Amino acid sequence: MRDFILKRVAVIILPLMSIYGFYVILHGHVSPGGSFAGGIIVGLSFITYSTVYGLERGKVKLPERILTLVESYGTLWYGIMGIVGILKGAPFLSNKLAGFNLGEPGSLTSGGLISLLGIGVGIRVASTIITLFYAMGEEES
Amino acid sequence: MRIRKLLIIIVALLAAYGILVAVAELPPYGMADNPVHNHVSERYINKALDETGVTNMVTAIVLDYRAYDTMFETIVLFTAALAVVITLKVSKRKEKG
Repeated sequence: MRDFILKRVAVIILPLMSIYGFYVILHGHVSPGGSFAGGIIVGLSFITYSTVYGLERGKVKLPERILTLVESYGTLWYGIMGIVGILKGAPFLSNKLAGFNLGEPGSLTSGGLISLLGIGVGIRVASTIITLFYAMGEEES
Repeated sequence: MRIRKLLIIIVALLAAYGILVAVAELPPYGMADNPVHNHVSERYINKALDETGVTNMVTAIVLDYRAYDTMFETIVLFTAALAVVITLKVSKRKEKG
């Protein structure tokens, strides 16, 4: 698996893959795609890194401690964003009723709550898929 | 044993017949008077942009109208990852010690 050609190709492809994943997450409410698909792309870029350069170097790049934190607080972030609605006197997870600024449709800052929730979901999906890969990779070695 | 195999084949054919009859009864795809085009999809198509300010209608449904559903979907993902990690880590520790 430790190929010269594979490593050189990975150097070129991995940054673009990561950036594209974050682009899909951030533009989930404007263009096709969404937070789930974008999170998978970000996760796959880190998984490719671990596959090409070895699991040990992958774990140096993205330690399990950070993964656990991101995974837990991503879920909590969703709940906190929902409670904002309750504090403003609107139902749980409400968007327009809770007074979020919807912005101009089609721009990056539109959608209010939706873009905030999308970032949380995307990061969570990425960390989950990397955690699963680490757990199963450890088992084989 | 042969009778059992014969019975299995008969049951499978009956099930296939039932499914094919049900598929033949489906309304043609894309017609305007299909039962899927009810007031719910009409509301999404007409009002999603005003109510959520989002041009991607799928995201509007997943993260605004069905936000509860997505929340528990992420919690299911979290629980699944947790279960896998706990199972694999515990079994590895037992092998070591």
